[in-house]
Amino acid sequence: MNLKINHQSVVGRPGQTILEVVHNYGIKIPSLCYHPDLDVKANCRVCVVEINGYDKLVTACSTPVVKGMDILTDSPRVKAARATNLELVLSEHTKKCATCISSPDCELLRLAREYKIRSDRLAPRKKGRKTYRFANAVEIDGEQCIDCDNCVSACHNQGIDYLERKGAGAAQEIVPVKDSACIYCGQCAVHCPAASAQEQSSWPAVEAAIKDKKKIVVAQFAPAVRVSLGEEFGMPYGTNCEGQIYTALQQLGFNSVVDVNFGADITTMTEANELLERMKDKKSIWPMMSSCCPSWVAYAEYYHPELLPHLTMARSPQIHLAGAVKTYWAEKKGVDPKNIVLVSVMPCTAKKYEVVRPELSLNGRPLVDHVITTRELAYLIKKKRIDFKNLKPSSGDDLFNHGSGAAAIYGASGGVMESALRSAADLACVGQKSPLCHSRLEFKEVRGLAGIKEATVEVAGQKFKVAVVNGISNIDKILPKLKKYHCIEVMACPGGCLGGGGQPIPTTNAIRQKRLDGLYSIDKSRSIRRAHENQAMVEYYNWALKKGLSAKVLHTTYKKTKGSILTTVKQ
Amino acid sequence: MINKTKIIKEISDAGLVGRGGASYPTAQKWVAVHDALKTKKIGYIIVNGAEGEPGVKKDGYLIEKYPETVIDGIFLADEYLGPNKIKKIYFFLSKEYYRKYASGLKKVLALKKYKRLAEKLEFFIKPEALAYICGEETALLNLIEGKKIEPRLKPPYPTTSGLHGHPTLINNIETFYNVSRVNRGKYQEDRFYTITGAAKHRGVYQLPINLTVEALLRKTGNYPDWPFFVQVGGEASGEVLNAKQLDRPVEGAGSVMVYRAKGTDKHELLKYWLKFYRDQSCGKCVTCREGTYRLWELINRKKMDYPFFWEIVLALEETSYCGLGSSLPLPIKSYFNNIVKK
Repeated sequence: MNLKINHQSVVGRPGQTILEVVHNYGIKIPSLCYHPDLDVKANCRVCVVEINGYDKLVTACSTPVVKGMDILTDSPRVKAARATNLELVLSEHTKKCATCISSPDCELLRLAREYKIRSDRLAPRKKGRKTYRFANAVEIDGEQCIDCDNCVSACHNQGIDYLERKGAGAAQEIVPVKDSACIYCGQCAVHCPAASAQEQSSWPAVEAAIKDKKKIVVAQFAPAVRVSLGEEFGMPYGTNCEGQIYTALQQLGFNSVVDVNFGADITTMTEANELLERMKDKKSIWPMMSSCCPSWVAYAEYYHPELLPHLTMARSPQIHLAGAVKTYWAEKKGVDPKNIVLVSVMPCTAKKYEVVRPELSLNGRPLVDHVITTRELAYLIKKKRIDFKNLKPSSGDDLFNHGSGAAAIYGASGGVMESALRSAADLACVGQKSPLCHSRLEFKEVRGLAGIKEATVEVAGQKFKVAVVNGISNIDKILPKLKKYHCIEVMACPGGCLGGGGQPIPTTNAIRQKRLDGLYSIDKSRSIRRAHENQAMVEYYNWALKKGLSAKVLHTTYKKTKGSILTTVKQ
Repeated sequence: MINKTKIIKEISDAGLVGRGGASYPTAQKWVAVHDALKTKKIGYIIVNGAEGEPGVKKDGYLIEKYPETVIDGIFLADEYLGPNKIKKIYFFLSKEYYRKYASGLKKVLALKKYKRLAEKLEFFIKPEALAYICGEETALLNLIEGKKIEPRLKPPYPTTSGLHGHPTLINNIETFYNVSRVNRGKYQEDRFYTITGAAKHRGVYQLPINLTVEALLRKTGNYPDWPFFVQVGGEASGEVLNAKQLDRPVEGAGSVMVYRAKGTDKHELLKYWLKFYRDQSCGKCVTCREGTYRLWELINRKKMDYPFFWEIVLALEETSYCGLGSSLPLPIKSYFNNIVKK
C-alpha cells in the first residue's frame, strides 16, 4: 500500500508499524523502549509522529500503517512533544556518566544533545533508589532506571520472570520476584537503554591490576567476542576482529593474551571423551547435556536439579583455559601462579558468577581473577582512546593462541554440539579400522537461530539423537521428551554466546545472524576444524591427565540451589 | 430464546451509546463480541460499575433503585451472546457499592429466571488504589487477570480479545439498565445526571437526554443565584465552563459540579486536580507518570514556571498512552480559558 512519510511516497505492507516502514526507508525515529526482540510496549512516548488528520500524535512503534497515511516524523509539533517526553525521561535517570561504560555511546545523551534538552528544570527524582545485585554478575540500579520495562520483558522472554515493575505511578520500581531465581544471563542488561540493568563492573579492578607492576596480567577472550567487538567501533556486524583484539589488549597493558578458543578445544576433548565413556557403560545416564553455559547450569541447579546428573562433568572453555594458564602455562613460563592475574573477556554476564563458584578454584584461589564483558572491554579501549578500527592486527605468539574451527563456533548456539559430534564421531572411529567408518565434519542441522534444533547422527555406528536448545525459554519444549535424546546442548541466551548478556547494544536477531555468519566463516577458514586435532591442546590435555590434574582442571560438579544470590544496596 | 436481530435493532434504534464516558454505540459493541464468538468457544461479560470519576454517582443510584432492570439487561446480553459460550460474568463494583447494594442485586439473582446467570456471575471488588484507571476497559481486564493495573495496547480490542484473550463484552451498568428497558419497550430517551458541589439540591436525577447544562440546573432547582462556574463530566476530567457557556448539552458521564466563583482558590483547585492525576497515574507511560508527577512538583514550587507547565500539559494531551493522561489538559485548560482569563 502507498503512504507518505515526510511528503515522500513510500510503500508499506499491511500489518507493518510506522516504525518498521520508516526504518526500511532509512529514516530515523528515536525510540527507547522499542526493541525488535520484545513485544511492543509503547511506553517511552519518544517515537511519536504526526499523522495528517489525526487529533493526537501517535507512537510509531505501535501504530500500524494504513493506506494513504500522511506521516510527519520530524515536524515542529513532533519535535516539541518528543523533547518534552525526553526531558521527563532524562529527569528519571540519575546521571553517572563519569563511571558509566555506556557513556561513550549513550543514546540518552545523544538524544539530549540532538533535542537540546535542558537539564536545569527538573531535578533527578530517583536519587536514593535501591540497586539490586544478582550475585556478582548483573545489577539493576533504580537510580538510573527509566521505567521502560525492557528488562522485565527480556526476562519474561527468557521464561524466567525474575523481574517485575511493582507499585504505581512515579513510585513504581523494577524489583526481583521473590519466588523466582535469577540465572545471571544479563538479557535484562543487553536490552536496557539506560544502563540501569547492567553488568557489575569489573573494569576498574582490571585497570588496577594492569597498573600493578608486580603482577603478570593475562587476558583470555571468548569465541563470540571477536565477531561482535568491532560493532562498538563502527565495524560491520560479524567482522572477525581477532587480530585487533590481540593488539588492543596489548596496548591496554596486558602482559600476555591467550584465546579461549584453545579452551573450547579442551572442553570438546573432555566432553567427547566423557561421551565415549558413557557409551561404553550400560548404566550411563542419558541424555548427556552440555554445561558450558553458566546460566543454564544456574537454571538447572535451581529449577531442575533432577537434571544435574545429565550435565557433562566437563568444565567450560573459560575455566578450562584458566586451569591451563595457572598450571601448564605458569610452569612453562616459570612464573608463580599467584602472581598471575587472569582476566576473561566474555560476551556474558554469568561468566562473572561462574568464576567465583568455589568448586572452580585452584588451591583456594579462583582460577579467573576478573571477568569483563565485551562492552566493558570496548569501554576500556575507548577510554584509552585506542583507534580500534585501524589497529594493526597481531596474533598471539604464546602457547594457547590457536583453536580449531570447532572452537570458534562455540560462540553460536549449536556450536558446542557440532564440535562434540565432530570429535566424538572421529574419535570413535579410531582403532575400528572399518572402511565404513567415516565421520562427518559439518552438522548444519544444529546451526541457526531456531529455538529447538534436532538431528539424528551416527557415532561409531550408533544412531544418535541430539537436540539443541537455543534460549532457555525453549527448555520446556524438550523436557517432556528428554528420553528421546542422547545429547542435548543448552544455551540460555538466544543465539548462544553471540547473543549473550554482555554483548554490544543493540543485539537483535538480524545482528545475531551476522555474528553467527562471522563465526562459521572463521570455522571454514581454519585448516584444523576438529578439536582433537589441535596438537598443542592434546599435548596439554595429556600433560594434565598424566599429572593427575583431571579433577582440578578438567572436571567439575553441580549442586541443587535454593535460590539466586541477591544483594540489595541503598546508595 | 431471544430474537437476536430484533434486540440489536431495538438497541440501535434507541441510539444507546456507552455511558462510561466514551459514548461508543452499544449495538456495534454487542455485534462485535457476537461475531468474535462465532469462531471462539469462550467469552466473558463484564459489568462495569467502577464509577472512578469523582462526582459521578449514578451507578450506585441505579443499582439501588433498579436492581432487577440491571440484572435483566445482563441476562439479555448473556442470552444474546450465548449462555453456553459466556463462561463468566464479572460484576465490578466499589467496596462501598458492594456493601450497600449487593444484597439487593443478590435478591434479584435468586429469582428462578436468573438461576443460570447467578451461577456464573461473580462480584469483583474494585481496589482502593488506582481506582480511576480501573474504569479503563483494558486496565480492568488486567486487574481481573491479576496483572499490573495498566491499560493494554489496542488493538486488539476487548470485543475480540479481552479477558484471558477471549471475546469480552464490557458495558457500564447504565447500558445494561437501558438495554432491558429498550427490550421491555420502556426506554424513554432519558439518562442519569449527577449534580454535586455547591449546588443546593445535590443528587442523581433521571431526566431526558441531551439537556443543556443550564436546563439541567434550572429543572433541578440548582441554578445558583450567586456567581458560579461548573465542571461538566466529572470533578477530575470534566470541562470547566463559566455561566455564559451553559447552553451546551451535558455529555459523557453526565455530571455537573457547581463551584462558587468567590471563595474557590485557584491554587487549591489546581492542586486538587494535579494531585488526583498524579495519584491515579498507573505508571506505564512516561508522559503521564512523569508529567503528572512534575506538574504536581511545579505547582508546589514558590514560583510557578508557567511556560514549562503548559509544555507538559500539551505533551499529556498529545502523547499520553491512554485516556487518563490525555484527559488532564481539559479541566486545566478550560479552567484557565473560561474562568481565570475572563
